[in-house]
Amino acid sequence: MKLLKCPVNGVRPLSEFVFGGEVREMPDPNTCSDQEWAGYVHHRNGAPGMKKEWWYHGPSGTWFIAERDTMRDEVARTYLYGQEDKQ
Amino acid sequence: MSMRLPKQNGEWINRSKPVKFTFEGMSFEGFEGDTISSALWAGNEHILGRSFKYHRPRGVLSLANHDVNVMMTDTVDTNMRGDVVAVKAGMKLAAVNTEGGVKNDRNRYMDKLAKLLPVGFYYKAFHTPKSLFPFWENIIRKAAGLGVVNFNYPRILKRKTHRHCDLLVVGAGPAGLTAAIVAAQSGLEVVVADENAQAGGSLTYDRAGSPEPLSQLQELMAQVAQHPNITLITGAYAAGYYADHFVPIVRADGIVKVRARAVIVASGVFEQPPVFRNNDLPGVMLGSAAQRLIYRYAVKPFSSGVVVTANAHGYRVALDLLQAGIKVNAVVDLRADGESSALAAEVARKGVAIRKGSCVYEALPQSGNMGVRGVSVCAYDEKTAEADTANIETIECDGVAMCAGWAPAAALLYQAGTAMRYDGNVHQFVPERLPQGVFAAGKVNGVYKLEERMRDGARAVAEAMRHLGMDAPAVEVAAHSESSPSHPYPVVPHPNGKNFVDFDEDLQVKDFINAAKEGFDNIELMKRFTTVGMGPSQGKHSNMNAIRILARIRGVAPEKIGTTTARPFFHPTPIGHLGGRSFHPHRLTAMHAWHEAAGAVMSEGGVWVRPAYYAKPGMSAQDIVQDEAMSVRTAAGMIDASTLGKIEICGPDASHFLERFYTGSYGSQKVGEIRFALLLDEAGVVVDDGVAARIADDKFYVSTNTANAAAVYREMQRWLQKWQLNVWLINVTGAYAAMNLAGPNACRILSKLTSDDISEKALPASHFMEAKIAGVTARVLRVNFVADQAYEIHVPAPQARGVWEAIMEAGAQEGLRPFGTDAQRLLRLEMGNHLVSHDTDGLTNPFEIGAEWALRMGKPFFVGQRSLKIIAKRSVTKRLVPYVLDEGYSGEMPQECNLVINAAGEIKGRVTSIAYSRSAGRVIGFAYVDPADVAPGSRFQVRADSGAMVDATVVKTPFIKSSKGDQA
Repeated sequence: MKLLKCPVNGVRPLSEFVFGGEVREMPDPNTCSDQEWAGYVHHRNGAPGMKKEWWYHGPSGTWFIAERDTMRDEVARTYLYGQEDKQ
Repeated sequence: MSMRLPKQNGEWINRSKPVKFTFEGMSFEGFEGDTISSALWAGNEHILGRSFKYHRPRGVLSLANHDVNVMMTDTVDTNMRGDVVAVKAGMKLAAVNTEGGVKNDRNRYMDKLAKLLPVGFYYKAFHTPKSLFPFWENIIRKAAGLGVVNFNYPRILKRKTHRHCDLLVVGAGPAGLTAAIVAAQSGLEVVVADENAQAGGSLTYDRAGSPEPLSQLQELMAQVAQHPNITLITGAYAAGYYADHFVPIVRADGIVKVRARAVIVASGVFEQPPVFRNNDLPGVMLGSAAQRLIYRYAVKPFSSGVVVTANAHGYRVALDLLQAGIKVNAVVDLRADGESSALAAEVARKGVAIRKGSCVYEALPQSGNMGVRGVSVCAYDEKTAEADTANIETIECDGVAMCAGWAPAAALLYQAGTAMRYDGNVHQFVPERLPQGVFAAGKVNGVYKLEERMRDGARAVAEAMRHLGMDAPAVEVAAHSESSPSHPYPVVPHPNGKNFVDFDEDLQVKDFINAAKEGFDNIELMKRFTTVGMGPSQGKHSNMNAIRILARIRGVAPEKIGTTTARPFFHPTPIGHLGGRSFHPHRLTAMHAWHEAAGAVMSEGGVWVRPAYYAKPGMSAQDIVQDEAMSVRTAAGMIDASTLGKIEICGPDASHFLERFYTGSYGSQKVGEIRFALLLDEAGVVVDDGVAARIADDKFYVSTNTANAAAVYREMQRWLQKWQLNVWLINVTGAYAAMNLAGPNACRILSKLTSDDISEKALPASHFMEAKIAGVTARVLRVNFVADQAYEIHVPAPQARGVWEAIMEAGAQEGLRPFGTDAQRLLRLEMGNHLVSHDTDGLTNPFEIGAEWALRMGKPFFVGQRSLKIIAKRSVTKRLVPYVLDEGYSGEMPQECNLVINAAGEIKGRVTSIAYSRSAGRVIGFAYVDPADVAPGSRFQVRADSGAMVDATVVKTPFIKSSKGDQA
């Protein structure tokens, strides 16, 4: 089983985590076109590579961001949302 | 005649403990420490099994856990590997793949039919005519597979244990043991696993007639014993490599799941058979198998033998045979130049004839292929791989030791993602690029000289330490400079075949040539067409030769052919080892024991277990459910509603948060009011609904659907992190229990238990108050989900059972009875309330279920709002409507998910809920229908399971007469 590092609780087995999908920037709903919005809601880029993903540590209720190479399934780093620069 | 040798130093058997057992009805005696095969071989029994396809007699091949033709049953277990399973007193053994015993197997005629059964025969022969296939299938199925499963297998719990360490070393040979010692000396916590009964690897058997390896082993073991940091697990194989250095170690009694920070694979190599005619006869065995018989079990492999070789190992084997007093009639070396090392000189000095540039053209069988009577030897051209039979001669012998090379035991390395390359220096695949934290050492790494293998173990540790962030010295390992341990093409053609490449599947050289001719000349295709490597040994002794043969057929280097990936498990692992106790978590409510005592039949809702209904002797479930529902309509009922999700939303921005999260309006909500809470996802799909009670200016109490609490809470947390509002969330789903008291007598019952005013006037529908119920401070919510007069009473879970019992007692004279989820479903349906994820699916938007009233589209933002604006521009394709079947309908009952079909035969929707309601006096439900058919009174048709069309009429909700007097 894979291990994942929660920025708050440290390295834990993957069974304690819930995947939350790719991190996507929400376009401004008031100004974006319908097409842009639909793209944001429905389109995902499946190409392997370094991705920013939401992960959730269940027992502690911690959402965080993992930068993961989906080709090699290797996590480069994890950090709390909005604290990317503090790493 | 016994084949047992006098005591060998380092032998694994305990001569003071004889073990009596039977094989195929005959009595044998071995010693404690013997394997089944070694004990039988000591008793001069050479026919240990029959091959899979041709039912040829087979004996010892490897004694290294891939003698797949020697599989036994003791009537409880099947497919026990004779070469490694320890013999036990009283065993009653038989070979698995025979009909009528291993000696007189009635299927032995298959060998004579070999010419008629070319590779791919099954694929081609039985396709036409189709009508005959079932007949052939029956025969093929009987022939396929090995062993018979015992369905009365005793249930034995195989333990699963976990272990954490700094370093896992797979393989306890010289490289692995050295690695463990060096690592332990550096302070690392080390686990070493080895599949053999005892540690030592090649030191336990490969001695070239010298006592030196044994004393080296004893020295290593003394050091291992000294180190508290080293845990040595023998008789256990590393079954697979999983992400982040997670390796299950399988032992007879269970699995140890090891999580290491680094892994060194020092798993060694498998000896590979040279390919020549009759290389499968009992008595023809790998050189290392002969060595194992001698040194581990003190058993003579044969009395007078021939060594066929293409490397230095053959000469080491010859010296071991001579040391054991076995006659070696010749060493036949495929290589034109023979062996140049001192070993060859020593063999020659002992008077053994060495035939360079020669091959065993064929092993000569005794009658019935029951053994070897000699070999015919002739000149061999290494370049063309052709035998020159001009001067063929026969050498008599009763056994042959085969030493032509090795294949890496690299399954774990492959699974970890190692890139391998073919090293022409050792004619072997070796690791080229290893994944992070995984290291290889010893023969699997292409290092053969003993001192260098040990140094390679130390080097791997140094690299592992650097991986772990420690300092470590540089360790140099010398490149291989002797003759290649493997021959690039140890294959001798023969016009009559039976030169076996794969002993599991009885594949001969010509099978590969034929497969290539048919176009299956890619290793993956060839594997599937010929089935090479697909038997129980998974190619451990056959894949390397198959690659070499295919490379030669195609005229390319073995590297260009590549290898197939050996997936977990490394070795067949009994299902019993994988089965475990269920760790599926269940949550029980505070009133669970009461429900059980009251005869509740439980059902699962998400992780919760809760009453579906309360059984009554002599009554059907359907009648009970109708009765339970009726008591709510006529008197009172109470359901355990603890499974509702319950979340507190606190803080100055609490109402602002709800406005963004749910579709409704909460800023204007007064303290004490309850509002509907409809949750959408970003695509505008309905994902949950509940209610939000404002219990203070800065505090809301929100409920969610039963199975959804964790997911809703999770999404709340995520959005909160993005929005950065001054809010905190508390999931009190488990902290609060809840019960729903409903029915015309509900208010009266509850009033008996409280001095607070909970009358309709003081606490109207959709309102909340805190009240003391039976002495416990409770949150009382008026939510009319199942009835107009209903009180949801939320109390801290530890006090809930007392409150529940107090209410049941207070209601005893008021007709109160408990009801379960089945009645609840019916009651909410009668009230015209749809259930999210029951009446909706993963694509349903609020417009389709008539929930427009719950949307405050004018708000600046809520989750799903932008998508709804897009969806609203389009026409709705289906709508959820309440319907009834005709009064007195007694035909086939439509089922949930039956389709709504119009007169033109088009699918327009489906039934999502349907139930008979005693209160309404007819069958009621919800269905998606054509948006044109939603007006009350519209008729539509449902196709029942049998195909019958059932008429339904759209109505208004609620389906039943409410206390306020409206009715459908």
